[in-house]
Amino acid sequence: MTIGSVPLRYKIGVDRDQCMLCGRCVENCPYGVFRMEGERIHVNSRVCVACHRCIAMCPRDAISLEERPVDYRSHPIWTPQVRESIYNQARSGKIILSGMGNAQDYPVIFDRLVLDACQVTNPSIDPLREPMELRTYIGKKPGVLRFGEKDGTTVLETRLAPNLMLETPIMIGHMSYGAISLNAQQSLARAVKHAGTYMGTGEGGLHESLYPYQDRIIVQVASGRFGVDINYLERGAAIEIKIGQGAKPGIGGHLPGEKVCADVSCTRMIPLGSDAISPAPHHDIYSIEDLKQLVRSLKEATEWKKPVFVKIAAVHNSAAIAAGIARSGADAVVVDGFRGGTGAAPRVFRDHVGIPVEAAIASVDAKLRTQGIRNEVSIIASGGIRESADVAKIIALGADAVYIGTAALVAMGCRVCGTCYRGLCPWGIATQRPDLVARLDPDVASVNVGNLIHAWTLELSELMGAAGINSIESLRGNRDRLRGYLLDEGIMKVLDIKPVGA
Amino acid sequence: MCGIIGVIDRARKRMDGTGIRSALAEMDERGSGEGAGYAVYGAFPELKDYYAIHVFFDDLHETKPRVEEELSKWGVIEHDEAVPTYEQPSLRKIHIPWRFFFRPDPHLMPRSITPEDDVVMHVVMKVNTTIPGALIFASGKNVAVFKASGWPEEVADFYRIQDYKGYLWMGHNRYPTNTPGWWGGAHPFNLLNWSVVHNGEITSYGTNRRYIESYGYQCTMYTDTEVVAYLFDLLVRRHGLPLETAVRALAPPFWDEIDRMPDQEREIFRAIRLAYGSALMNGPFAIVVANDQSMVGFTDRIKLRPLVYGEKGDRLYISSEEAAIRTMEPDVGEITMPKAGEPIIGRYVA
Repeated sequence: MTIGSVPLRYKIGVDRDQCMLCGRCVENCPYGVFRMEGERIHVNSRVCVACHRCIAMCPRDAISLEERPVDYRSHPIWTPQVRESIYNQARSGKIILSGMGNAQDYPVIFDRLVLDACQVTNPSIDPLREPMELRTYIGKKPGVLRFGEKDGTTVLETRLAPNLMLETPIMIGHMSYGAISLNAQQSLARAVKHAGTYMGTGEGGLHESLYPYQDRIIVQVASGRFGVDINYLERGAAIEIKIGQGAKPGIGGHLPGEKVCADVSCTRMIPLGSDAISPAPHHDIYSIEDLKQLVRSLKEATEWKKPVFVKIAAVHNSAAIAAGIARSGADAVVVDGFRGGTGAAPRVFRDHVGIPVEAAIASVDAKLRTQGIRNEVSIIASGGIRESADVAKIIALGADAVYIGTAALVAMGCRVCGTCYRGLCPWGIATQRPDLVARLDPDVASVNVGNLIHAWTLELSELMGAAGINSIESLRGNRDRLRGYLLDEGIMKVLDIKPVGA
Repeated sequence: MCGIIGVIDRARKRMDGTGIRSALAEMDERGSGEGAGYAVYGAFPELKDYYAIHVFFDDLHETKPRVEEELSKWGVIEHDEAVPTYEQPSLRKIHIPWRFFFRPDPHLMPRSITPEDDVVMHVVMKVNTTIPGALIFASGKNVAVFKASGWPEEVADFYRIQDYKGYLWMGHNRYPTNTPGWWGGAHPFNLLNWSVVHNGEITSYGTNRRYIESYGYQCTMYTDTEVVAYLFDLLVRRHGLPLETAVRALAPPFWDEIDRMPDQEREIFRAIRLAYGSALMNGPFAIVVANDQSMVGFTDRIKLRPLVYGEKGDRLYISSEEAAIRTMEPDVGEITMPKAGEPIIGRYVA
C-alpha cells in the first residue's frame, strides 16, 4: 500500500428520484460500474471510462458523470496524468497502453487556418444552382499527354495508369477487423459503396462477408502480413503497403489477444487468442529500393491492374521519404499525422512521436513539386481530420483526398473514451465480444456514416462555391485561399501561406 | 469588370491602331482610367526575326546597363531604342519604355528542343526577379506591346498606336483591384509569342501558379493574368498540345458531360482532366490569347464573364461587347455568343 489509491477519474451519480430501477445501466456497462442490489443501483465509479453508454441508454436521464471530482494538488508541470503514469509504471514496470489519437495539448494548426470567400470582384458559385465537382482520381497522372491521328480522328497515345475514382475526396482509413468489429466494418463498407468512395481493411485481412463490397475496399499489406494471400490482393480495389501509422510511428501494430476471436483468427490467419504484434519494419524492406521491389511485386501479382499506395507516419523527414516513395512506382502516398487514432498504442508514442498532418502535407506537396514528380503520386492525408473544414484546408495545402477514421467511428456512436485496447467497447465498435458487437446494427450505422460523408461533401461544396471554385482540382494546393491566424512565422513558412490581412 | 477585344486578319493584311483605339474607348464604362494596353502582331517587319524585348525602366543610368549585360550574356542585341511616347495631359510617365531587338544564342541551352525560346524565357524570369527597377513586359518576335496607366484613348495616344500596323491587335481596358497605377499590372501580358488579355479573376490562381512554378516559370507581376500566358506556353509550346486541346485543359467540360461522350472522346477528356487538373482555371473570366499562328477567345466553364464574336471577310473579332466590335467594323453582320468554355479560334490562312 505504498502508493495507495489515486483520485477517481470519473464519478458516476444516480439521481434516486429519477431512477426507476430498470437496470439498463447494469446491462449496458461492460466495465461493471453498476450493480443492482435489492431496490437500489450501486455504483463503482473507479472502473468507469466515460464511454457514456449508460447515460445514452438511461430512459430517465438519471445518470450524471463528473470528471475528476477530487483532483490532485494543481501543478503546472506535474500534471495529474504525469503523476498517474508514474504510479501506474511504478506498480507494473510496463509500457503504458492507450487508444484513440494524440491526447497531448499541442496547438491544432487547422484551428489557426481560415478559408477564403468571394466578394464583389468575383461571384461566389451557388452549388444549389450550378454544377460543383468533387470527383477525385487517386493514382498516377501523366505529366504530358501525347495525341496521334488514326483514321482522321485524334486519338490518345498516352496510356493512363489505373486510378481510383472517388465521388468525394473523403475516404475511410484503415481500421482492421480485430481492432474493430465485423459489424463496424460492414457498416463502413456499405456507407462507402453508397457514397462512391473507398475504405481500407487495415492489417486484419478481408472477411468473407465483405466480399460484396470488395470493389470499394483498399486491402492493406502491413509488416505482419496478416490475412495476405493472392485471393486477398486480387479482391481489393487497390493495395496499400503500410510502413507506419501516425499514432505510433516507428513501431508495428498491436492487437491484444483478447480481441482475437475465432473469426478474427481465421481472417488474419493467426492463432486464436494470440497477441497480434506486427514487427516494426517490414522484414523485407530495409531501404527504399526494397520498397520499390515490393510495390512492383504486388503490381506483378495483380497484373498491373491496381494502384498501390504506401502509407507512412508523418515524421520530421516525411517530405524526402515521400519523394522516395514517388519514385518507387507507388501510385499514392498516404501521410498519417500524429493525431491519427489507433486501437492500441504505447502512450509515449501516441503523444510524443511524429508531426501534425498539416505541416507534413505542406512539405510533402512542396517537395514533390520542386522535384517535378507531383503527378507521379496522389497524396492522401489522414490523422486528425475532424470536420469538413479540415478537409478543405488540407486539400488547399496540397492533398488529393483524406482518410477519416475516428470521425467515422464517432458517427457510429463512439464517444472517444480512448479505451479501444480493452476490447470491451460498449458501442459494439472496438470489440469482438458477441453481445457487445450485436449492439451495433449495420443497417443503422451504415446510414449514419453515409450521412456524415454526405453532409461533409455538401459543406465542402458550399465552401468551394463561396471561394468561386467549381472543381476540386482548383482547390488542391491553392494555398492562396488560406490565411494563418496567430500562427508563428516559422509554421507559415512551412505551410507557404500568408497571415490574415495580408 | 475590364473590357477586352481582339481582331485577327487571317490573310495577314495589316491594320493600323486607329480602329482598336476607338473600339476600346467604346468600353470605357468597363474600366476606371487606371490601366489600358494594346498588343500588335506584325509590328516590326524589318526586324521580325529578332525577339522584341520590351522593358519598363525606372531609370536608365543604373538598371539599363544591368539588363544589357544580362542580354549580352545570352545573345546579341541587334538594335535598341526608346519606345516613342507623346506627352498626354493626364498620363504621368512613371516608367521609361524601351525595346531591344535580341538574337539569343541557341547553343547556350543545349538540352532544349526550343533553345532560343528557352534562353529568352530564362532572361525574362531572371531580369524580372533579380533586377529591381526593370520589368520585361514583352518578349515575342514581331510583337509590340503598349501599356500604361490611363484611359484607353490616352494610352493609345501616348504611344501613338495609329503609327503601327499589324495583322492582329488586342486591347484591354482595366478596372484594377489588385495593383492600380502600376504599368506592369496592365494588360496585355506577354511571354515569347503569347499575349493575353483577360477580364475576370482566377480563383484557382494559387493552384495554377504552383503548377507552372514547378516547370520553372516565376510569377512576377502580382496579378493572376500572367499565369494564363505561362500555361499556354507550357501546354502548347513545351508539351506540344494542339491549341484547342490546351483551351479544353484550361476550361474543360464537366464530368457529367464527359461521362455522356462516345468512348474515344471520353477517354481523351478524362485524360486531359487527370493530367492537367492543376492547369484548370476556375473563377469568372473571359480571355483572348494570341500567338504567331492564331488567336483564341474563351470563357470560364459557367461563363461568368461576357464574350462575343463576329466576322467580316478575313477578319475575326472577339470582344466583351458587341458595341466595340461594331465600332471597329460597322458591317460585321451577325454577332454570336459562344458557349461556356468553347474556344473561338482564328488562324492565318496566308
